[in-house]
Amino acid sequence: MTDMTHNSDLPTGGSGLASATGIVSGMGGQGAREIIAILAVAVLVIGGGEFLLRFFDVPQFILPAPSTIAAVFASPEITTISQHYGYTLFELFAGYAIGASIGLVLAAVITQFPFVEKVITPYILLLVTTPMLALVPLLILNFGFGYTPRVIAVALASGPMVMVNAATGFRRVDAGKIALARSYGASTLQIFTKIRIPMAMPMVIVGLMIGAIFGMITAVGAEMSGGGFGIGSRLTTYSSTLRMPEFFACILILAVTGIAIYAFFFWLGKKLAGWES
Amino acid sequence: MGGHTHEALRISGATKTYAAHSGVVHALQDVDMIVEAGEFISVVGPSGCGKTTLLWSIAGLHQLSGGRIHLGEDEIKQPHPSIGMMFQEANLLPWRTIEQNISLPSELRRIRPDRDRVEALLERVGLGGFGEKMPRELSGGMQQRASIVRALASNPDVLLMDEPFGALDAFTRDEMNKLVEEIWLEARKTVILITHSIAEAVFLSDKVYVMSARPGRISRVVDVPFERPRPLELMETREFFDLVNDIKSDIKHQVPPAGRTTSAR
Repeated sequence: MTDMTHNSDLPTGGSGLASATGIVSGMGGQGAREIIAILAVAVLVIGGGEFLLRFFDVPQFILPAPSTIAAVFASPEITTISQHYGYTLFELFAGYAIGASIGLVLAAVITQFPFVEKVITPYILLLVTTPMLALVPLLILNFGFGYTPRVIAVALASGPMVMVNAATGFRRVDAGKIALARSYGASTLQIFTKIRIPMAMPMVIVGLMIGAIFGMITAVGAEMSGGGFGIGSRLTTYSSTLRMPEFFACILILAVTGIAIYAFFFWLGKKLAGWES
Repeated sequence: MGGHTHEALRISGATKTYAAHSGVVHALQDVDMIVEAGEFISVVGPSGCGKTTLLWSIAGLHQLSGGRIHLGEDEIKQPHPSIGMMFQEANLLPWRTIEQNISLPSELRRIRPDRDRVEALLERVGLGGFGEKMPRELSGGMQQRASIVRALASNPDVLLMDEPFGALDAFTRDEMNKLVEEIWLEARKTVILITHSIAEAVFLSDKVYVMSARPGRISRVVDVPFERPRPLELMETREFFDLVNDIKSDIKHQVPPAGRTTSAR
């Protein structure tokens, strides 16, 4: 009888293990072939653009050739551009730090009180759907042409985005998992830190990413509405003086910043919430 | 605990009422139960008979409206460190490795986990070397083994099992039942199992408590006579089949409880 019982002790169901390797390889970024293909497309687009623009002799103020845009990065003008990029980054970080932390705390607290949440949600949705850029002229009137209106605008644009998504995460209560923690004598705080926060994490990171991208858009937009410093104001200056290579160099910097934000949160998500793929 | 049996758990007059749309629901009414130390008992009954409410009350997760539950000298009003619980499905936290899942109870109680014991238990249930795996990398049966280890890691006196194998396929379920009996024979914990499967209850238990619904109360206690250890083939014998059917028909007969209903007021 005991012999038989030991047989039944072996782990069954190899399917779980087989699928595990599938998950790992699926999460592990692009393979070498895909990277080569992506680079080939880039070379094709840039090279093709260069060729076509030169072949048809397109004036620079309509569309500058990639090589002239690249030349900006070697010109003295790049010092000015990077200085202004620094101002933009400062506004983005300051506004985002304020907006995202308020958004996160609000989401965590409000979801614990369904009544409060129901009352506040329409107002948060109002903040999410209103383009905060529209408020910038008013903010400039009140706070002048310095950093303040821009930082406020970034905070107002990113905060609600973070909040709405994080709240979705915190609302995902799994009664079974909370009961499990309670059965081991968990305190309310422990349930929060060990169950609710990890469970909310995937949505929190999505919220942080969307908030950061909205923050960047708003920072640049606010700079375009006045103040004379920041990448946004450079865009206005360059376009009004038809300095298109510099204009596109700024656009390129912003695009790379956006991709960097996305890549950072993608990495963070894999690190902190990789269990949910 | 020596050769003498003595009572581990005493439930006296346990009553639980809920306010529902249709009036007051008596989830439990005057439930009395004495469970001896080292005894394996099951509670079966139709859906909504209050068996889960009873188990969750023993776990200290529900407050009773009336009556008492004692573990030794202690009255259960909140979760007790000597009571371990296994939930429906494996209920592992997907963001923790198997080992981190198993150390969750000691982490929550701020005590150091007994690494050797955990290691030995993992080995015992056939999960040696799986500690670093994530739950999703394991099959349903393996996840449920991990949850057995989690429940036993802190060496509780009483193990509560809330329909733990309901989601498993029949083959894996048999295997889990066999494993549970073996571990129980080795460790002699007091076990209370809630299940929909009467065969599972009979196979595993010394006593089967049959509950009836509305009001939820114990309608019958069946002593299971089969010798241990019980081979899986027991389930194919006439005696086993007859006992299971006897309990089954008992539950079927009480189904329309129209005459005794106390709800719908």
